[in-house]
Amino acid sequence: MKKEYLKIDKVVGPLIQVSEVDDVFYGESVDILDISSGKIKKGKVIKIEAENVVIQVFQNTTGLAAGNSIIKFTGESFKLPMSLDLQGRIFNGIGEPIDNGSAIFSAIEANINGRPINPMSREYPRNYIQTGISSIDTLATLIRGQKLPIFSGNGLPHNELAAQIVRQAQLGDNTGEEFGVVFAAIGVKHDDEKFFRKSFSEANIMDHVVMFVNYADDPIAERITTPRCALTAAEYLAFEKNMHILVVMTDMTSYCEALREISSAREEVPSRKGYPGYMYSDLASLYERAGMLKNSSGSITFLPILTMPNDDITHPIPDLTGYITEGQIVLGRDLFQQSIYPPVSILPSLSRLMKDGIGEGFTREDHAEVTNQLFASYSKVQEVRDLSQIIGEEELSPTDKKYMAFGRAFEATFLNQGFDESRSIIESLDLGWRLLAILPLTELDRLSPENIEKYFSKES
Amino acid sequence: MAEQNINRETGIIYAINGPVIKGKKMSSFKMREMVTVGAKQLIGEVIVLEGDIGTIQVYEETEGLKAGEVIISTGQPLSLKLGPGLLKNMFDGIQRPLQKIQELSPIFIPEGIGLLSIDEKKRWDTTITVKPGDILSAGSIFGLVQETEVIENRLLVPPNVSGTIVEIVENGCYTIDDVLVKIRDEKDAIHELKMAQVWPVRTPRPNAWRGETLVPLVTGQRVIDIFFPIAKGGTAAIPGGFGTGKTMTQHQLAKWSDADIIVYIGCGERGNEMTEVIEDFPKLIDPQSGKSIMERTVLIANTSNMPVAAREASIYTGVTIAEYYRDMGYAVALMADSTSRWAEALREISGRLEEMPAEEGYPAYLPSRIAEFYERAGSVETLGGGEGSITIIGAVSPAGGDFSEPVTENTKRFVNVFLALDKSLAYARHYPAINWLESYSGYIKILTDWYEDNVAEDCIDLRNKMLELLFQENKLLEMVMLVGEDVLPDDQRWILEIAKIIKVGYLQQNAYNKEDTYVPLKKQYAMLKAIEYLYEKGREGLKLGIPTSQLKNADIFSEFIKMKYTVPNDDLSGIDRLKEEIDSFYETLFERYTN
Repeated sequence: MKKEYLKIDKVVGPLIQVSEVDDVFYGESVDILDISSGKIKKGKVIKIEAENVVIQVFQNTTGLAAGNSIIKFTGESFKLPMSLDLQGRIFNGIGEPIDNGSAIFSAIEANINGRPINPMSREYPRNYIQTGISSIDTLATLIRGQKLPIFSGNGLPHNELAAQIVRQAQLGDNTGEEFGVVFAAIGVKHDDEKFFRKSFSEANIMDHVVMFVNYADDPIAERITTPRCALTAAEYLAFEKNMHILVVMTDMTSYCEALREISSAREEVPSRKGYPGYMYSDLASLYERAGMLKNSSGSITFLPILTMPNDDITHPIPDLTGYITEGQIVLGRDLFQQSIYPPVSILPSLSRLMKDGIGEGFTREDHAEVTNQLFASYSKVQEVRDLSQIIGEEELSPTDKKYMAFGRAFEATFLNQGFDESRSIIESLDLGWRLLAILPLTELDRLSPENIEKYFSKES
Repeated sequence: MAEQNINRETGIIYAINGPVIKGKKMSSFKMREMVTVGAKQLIGEVIVLEGDIGTIQVYEETEGLKAGEVIISTGQPLSLKLGPGLLKNMFDGIQRPLQKIQELSPIFIPEGIGLLSIDEKKRWDTTITVKPGDILSAGSIFGLVQETEVIENRLLVPPNVSGTIVEIVENGCYTIDDVLVKIRDEKDAIHELKMAQVWPVRTPRPNAWRGETLVPLVTGQRVIDIFFPIAKGGTAAIPGGFGTGKTMTQHQLAKWSDADIIVYIGCGERGNEMTEVIEDFPKLIDPQSGKSIMERTVLIANTSNMPVAAREASIYTGVTIAEYYRDMGYAVALMADSTSRWAEALREISGRLEEMPAEEGYPAYLPSRIAEFYERAGSVETLGGGEGSITIIGAVSPAGGDFSEPVTENTKRFVNVFLALDKSLAYARHYPAINWLESYSGYIKILTDWYEDNVAEDCIDLRNKMLELLFQENKLLEMVMLVGEDVLPDDQRWILEIAKIIKVGYLQQNAYNKEDTYVPLKKQYAMLKAIEYLYEKGREGLKLGIPTSQLKNADIFSEFIKMKYTVPNDDLSGIDRLKEEIDSFYETLFERYTN
């Protein structure tokens, strides 16, 4: 029988301190009964110092006072019941249903913190996912089991892009494999959550979606658990039930800000911009839960979205994320302002896993070369544009003028595509060849003679 | 087990804060002692002692620990078991084999699995190379075990032991814990020598004498071997923002370096990258031995989601293993990817200890820790009289790609080769994205003789000349950005053309191309020499008043760009043919202009 405690010593933001406690363990789940309202709030032990215990409360601490609460240590770590019934349901950030449905009952309960996957148990991801978006499929190919974030800015159409990927990604093509989506909204506006819910139901996949939602006006401590609950559900569906799970998570920036707020309430030594020194490890404990395993046929593909504060890619949040994830898709404001959708800024975008998942046997043998050539040529376009800013386009050399033409055509036809338009990878590659034909053959130094023979002449 | 626990000191857990816990009644514990914590017997290390209160960093997840649980001393500092079985294996940050952990728990790494190490049951075919009556000094060899197909494990007398042999076993199969040789020291004490020896990770293994190496670590990567060479026994850092190819470069070095032993530490990096290494390395053939490169490789993995305290230890685990093989007389190369994660682990632990932070929250002792680590590199005369070396190549992940942050800055002070990775090169898919303007090698001078004797008399001169061209190009490009290329005089435009060949045809190296992923020094030199040849031919033409547009022959230029693919590594006749083509083209061209 666990003891219950009636006295709270201190409340600071989402943290409460209780003294003269014995027999609790680090990470233990706590129920706090607010006597005045009769509501139970959930919390977790985050620090033990002799008989003093610090508890992080996941809901609002408003109203908690020294004498009006009963604190009960549950003797368990924070666990969620796992079942296939999770699909089609909507939960809050601590895994309680908020869709008026019944609670999930299951004998299987999983600790939301998970445990690190043994690198020996991982299967190296090699199969690509066709998203139907030329810029992603050709230049930053998404691989099943990859963690590939979208680096965006406020007001950019990252939600539309994520929704389009979910809709068009041929996860469960014709192999009869089951796929599902786990969606975590962390500190998002009600509008954003509605947008996603609407696009899932328009795509007729709502039955395969598990949603965990923490709104912008929900307590920030719950933002810490939201992604963990979502990933725990994803791990269960992927590794126990062998499903292909796409995890979409927005907005990681809200998550990191919650982390900073709690760190500051704990009076920890801050590192860059006030974010805690352990933010790298903390983010890694989320991102690294994606992947594939040798002894399971399922997979977790992870598509977190984050808005870069001030569009600054060197800000600690995108910076640390980029060091952990396997590439990034960066959205650019300049392209957005030119009404190009999706405004994928390709030069800083990268998929680290694509090298092993493209080419002969996967997409087409010329894929790697076309990718390299498009990157190299488009990077040259930037130089030529800089030059034309100074000396004027008229003064450019004939070759440079062709680069200008290539740049414009590339943005208008290759990057730009409709919200409902899905292009096959072959269509995208052929389009790439057609665009490269604008440039003189001597400028195309990344293409091999065999592929030029086979594809270049055909298209131009 | 019960017997083992007798005389063990015990303390009581008092405070828990993430990976840092405090214990009471610990006055008889020793600093840096390894302990087991709580009912699950998590592994930890004492890092602060104050009165009877001790602070412990725990190498495993601490969730589930309670105040009041016991802390048990082991009497030992955090140590490794060094012996045959390290190679071809992958360990976590405190030398627990991940294969064995997988057998205990198929997917995830649980806590409380205790201390595991190299295989104690495996029997190795052992040859004893000494006889009773021989005098063995510390570090000398008493037996041999073929550890892998290419590496012979030389069984060493531990550094602190010596004496006269009183007893040996027959040649045969033994486990790492069997007593093979007994020696009597000066004080008549008997020491038992086994295959395995135990060594504390934080103490550098002693050597007889620190030497200087005059031999490069040949990596098969053109930009490194020719432009910024690393000496065997030297130190190098590879800093770069995310996506610039640090890990890729480290993997290339681990695959192709001509070291005898590779120790690869994946420190706080991605799980999939370690999986890739496990899948790829066994398939790759070492150009030196003709066998799989895994035969000479030890892997240490503390991925970014594994416990942070073990990340701090993983660097020391790796370098101690490197020293063990160095002491056998091998040239060892150690890759640490990434040292920034190690520094961040130091910062996290320091923060939890509430130490006063210095720059950006890093502890004030960061520079001295970095120095201690890189100083464990070097080429030495071993205690046994052989020669061995450790080359350390550390990747650095500067926050925001800014090289002025504390880890990069302090690393720069203690390494001799700096291979700066550049974001804009990576954006243009110029790989390896090593920026030739910012990088440097402090070993050019001491390696000049070696290059002159083993590659070509003018190798270093050629390197300097071509590097100078690239510097000139950089200045010219600034001008081009202002006025356009057309305005430049012809001799400067020719420099731009040649620099482009150097960049695209030479510095860029394709890790995914069979021919180009590893290039022998002879071809590296021949390629650069051919570019110089073209450059000089063009200059002759310029003197005749021939414009650059005429001097640039599209066919020849495109052959130069592609010679890395078209000229096989073992048959350089293609380069001679290229020179002939140059000769015949320019001969006709010059004739047209002179007449």
